[in-house]
Amino acid sequence: MKNNLVRNAAGRMVPTHINGKSVVPYMGVGKFRPSGNRHAPRITTNADFPADGNKQVLSLKEALVKCGLKDGMTISTHHHFREGDLVANMVFDCVHEMGVKNLCWFPSASFSCHAYLLKYLDDGTISHIEGSMNGPLGRYCSEGKMKKTAVLRSHGGRFQAIQDGDVSIDIAVIGAGCADAFGNANGVHGASASGLLGFALADSQYADKVIMVTDHMVPFPCIPWQIQGNCVDYTVVVDKVGIPEKIVSGTTAVTRSPDRLLIADLTARFCEVTGIIHDGFSFQAGAGGTALSIGNYFGDIMRRRGIRARFARGGSNKFLVQMLEEGLVEYILDGQTFDLEGVRSIRDNPRHVMTSPFTSYNYHGKGNFASMVDVAILGATEVDLDFNANVVTHSDGILLHGIGGWQNCLFAKNVILPVPLFRDRIPVVIDEVTTLCGPGELIDVIVTERGIAINPLRQDLIEKTKGTDLPVKTLIQLKEEAEAICGKPQKPKFSDKIVAAIKWVDGTVIDVVRQVTSDKE
Amino acid sequence: MAAFGPLQESYSGLVNFFEYDMTRTLTAGTKGEGVKSDCFVTLEISDEGIDVAIKSKVNTLYGDAIDSLAREMLDFYGIRKGRLAVDDHGALPFTLAARLEAVMRKQTGSAQEYFLPVLPQNQYTTQRDRERVSRLYLPGNNPKLMINAGIYGCHGIILDLEDSVAPDKKYEARFLVRNALRSVDFYGAERMVRINQLPAGLEDLGFVVPQPVNLILIPKCENAGQVRQVDAAISEILGHTNDNIHLMPIIESAAGVMNAFDIAKASGQVVALAIGLEDYTADIGVQRTVAGNESFFARSMVVNAARAAGIQPIDSVFSDIDDTDALLQSAGASKSLGFCGMGCIHPRQINFIHKAFMPDEAEIDKASRIVAAFEKAEKEGLGVVALDSKMIDPPVVKRALQVMEKARKAGMVTKDRRDTNEK
Repeated sequence: MKNNLVRNAAGRMVPTHINGKSVVPYMGVGKFRPSGNRHAPRITTNADFPADGNKQVLSLKEALVKCGLKDGMTISTHHHFREGDLVANMVFDCVHEMGVKNLCWFPSASFSCHAYLLKYLDDGTISHIEGSMNGPLGRYCSEGKMKKTAVLRSHGGRFQAIQDGDVSIDIAVIGAGCADAFGNANGVHGASASGLLGFALADSQYADKVIMVTDHMVPFPCIPWQIQGNCVDYTVVVDKVGIPEKIVSGTTAVTRSPDRLLIADLTARFCEVTGIIHDGFSFQAGAGGTALSIGNYFGDIMRRRGIRARFARGGSNKFLVQMLEEGLVEYILDGQTFDLEGVRSIRDNPRHVMTSPFTSYNYHGKGNFASMVDVAILGATEVDLDFNANVVTHSDGILLHGIGGWQNCLFAKNVILPVPLFRDRIPVVIDEVTTLCGPGELIDVIVTERGIAINPLRQDLIEKTKGTDLPVKTLIQLKEEAEAICGKPQKPKFSDKIVAAIKWVDGTVIDVVRQVTSDKE
Repeated sequence: MAAFGPLQESYSGLVNFFEYDMTRTLTAGTKGEGVKSDCFVTLEISDEGIDVAIKSKVNTLYGDAIDSLAREMLDFYGIRKGRLAVDDHGALPFTLAARLEAVMRKQTGSAQEYFLPVLPQNQYTTQRDRERVSRLYLPGNNPKLMINAGIYGCHGIILDLEDSVAPDKKYEARFLVRNALRSVDFYGAERMVRINQLPAGLEDLGFVVPQPVNLILIPKCENAGQVRQVDAAISEILGHTNDNIHLMPIIESAAGVMNAFDIAKASGQVVALAIGLEDYTADIGVQRTVAGNESFFARSMVVNAARAAGIQPIDSVFSDIDDTDALLQSAGASKSLGFCGMGCIHPRQINFIHKAFMPDEAEIDKASRIVAAFEKAEKEGLGVVALDSKMIDPPVVKRALQVMEKARKAGMVTKDRRDTNEK
């Protein structure tokens, strides 16, 4: 396969073609100007659909057959059920039974439970994954075992890719906690209630065929309908779409680690001192242990100062719901709910609003919510001296995480990455990130337990911290401190083989992941 | 060379340094699920050459560095035959070197110490009367807790060789504590070591005294002689009279309480007297309670003895790390008994303790008026200080100055507070 490498605007060597299709190298933030029209699905007619609205078929397999499943197609699924998802595995069991090969799996995200699909990657049922890759799937990909090149996108990038036609979904299989036979669906009712179904929105609108799968079929109408049945071809009832206790496994407790609490406290103090926290401000809430404690500290500051936030962008969970109910936050604009308190709130509280990657994250729209947020507090596996950050690989080069909404949230007015200076012995602040996921010009502040580094582009923030007791340092100082403690790390070794491409929010290729050759324990 | 003589007495579980073993498989460190920042080292003597097997969680980034450290140390100890296995979970160099030294010295009987470079910023001395409100205990054989211990703003950090180290880990803990003193930055906290109960504690001194250490805690101290023994041993190691390593005896028995004043006066290097209530309550045959009535006498004795000797009385630790309300209450009680600080067993306790020992608003207000009156009297050349028709004695002025200094450090008052009072 021809694969010319070119240097993109971030200085990374990237291919001009991925899996035989030409791609655009990253050109810089906001530099790529798309042209042409959005992708459009075929025109359908009601004459082909039952007038009584009953689109139910007997099995998922029957639905896949009726959708014309064949070799080489692109099948999408969604991660609303997170670690408890049964739908994706079920889909590929059917595909395997039918003997269909070489499919592209296009999930909105993958979880460890999808390690089940490794056997289908091995036997050629799935040729590659376009989506996030966590844990075992990431390792499999990094070791060069996937037959084609993987493509990783952010949640917003996924919407963009579907909308722009970079990816044509042949069959979208949408799992829902509750649906009717027409295909209207939501995630707030039923045993497998997961909150909202925003990640499936683009698929329902743009895929050629759409299958709705549920374990809680209600008579028409299914209210609310976050997914409209008018987009759905077939509906299927199965025993279980998800394992309830694992659906909410994304919930983590507030961290008890003193190091993380210190980082969280520093982050919150930074936001207070610099005026980022003010009456009517907005923030992106996270679900990790550190992010939760930052939320708690924000709450303390708001209570003390008698102010409130106009809105918080979720991931929601019980902590954010408490802030909403206490009146500290006026609205939650939610992207996904992490626990049952979140599900209850989004179902019952009109101030807890369902969003989608279209409203929040899509870069090829007419604006989105992400850039309206005052502060986004995000994670990273690595940060380099130019404030560039990595979220998908670890320093040993192994692909272990998806991008999620991370790239999209970088457009917030203030982006803060609270990270430890090193994890075990592995420095987080380093010379150059192993994989570039976010350009440093969008990353404003790095908060570590040993000091805060502010991007020189943000002189305003630097000014505001002068004369305060905040431990402001340069990134170089932090990097040297990490190296003094851990030692200078050697570089991981890679082969020339590109195993995955990292897309920027506009669909351009910002970096690639190469096959690791040096990893062994 | 190690700067101490052969053991006089055997100590339970402590391997005699001069009794080495060439047949056993020797191990050091920690293994198992969830181990972080530590490693497990195994050294087996074999007939054929050297075999080094490194298994590391951070192999991609540090595999070569670990391998070369291991080989350099084998060479340093002249080990030419054997199988060395390192099962590493992200141990930092100071830990790796400590674990490797433990097995290699046990195997060879060598008294040579293998040193990594000492961090220049660790070499500082501390004032006799510096603040010692909080001091954080760290188990001497747990490297993970040491690495970030300095970032929480604790006034002192104690590397503990005594109760928090299992008897069969006492040997290797000495290397780890020694290396930590050299290599771990505690960001200005007073660097403390709690040695073992005498006489084993005297052997510990050889490992810590030549390193950047500011204070030695003497556990279960019962009489002045023990303090003098430690002080003399330190002087011997230093090669001159000890004049910079402070001592903090811990009173943990009824006998210790009765001798508290003598202990406090035993050496000019004693800067504080601490009390250990777990052992004390066991010694007098009662349960330790949150209210602490059972230890009221002992605590008051320690406060009085320390104050009479012109040193700091320091309270015991509070063991329930989740009950912060009770911690605040307990620390408040300590403060009102006259203690000027207490121990911490978890970093989360530090801020609560600092808060509890901070002067409150009324105290600061009174102190600022006293200071203002004092400065006015000085300016006017008056011999006596008066406030609201009351005479103020010099010690009261001194305490008021200390209160203001504390409050200022904590950001509770600005420099100008005094001026506004003068107006």
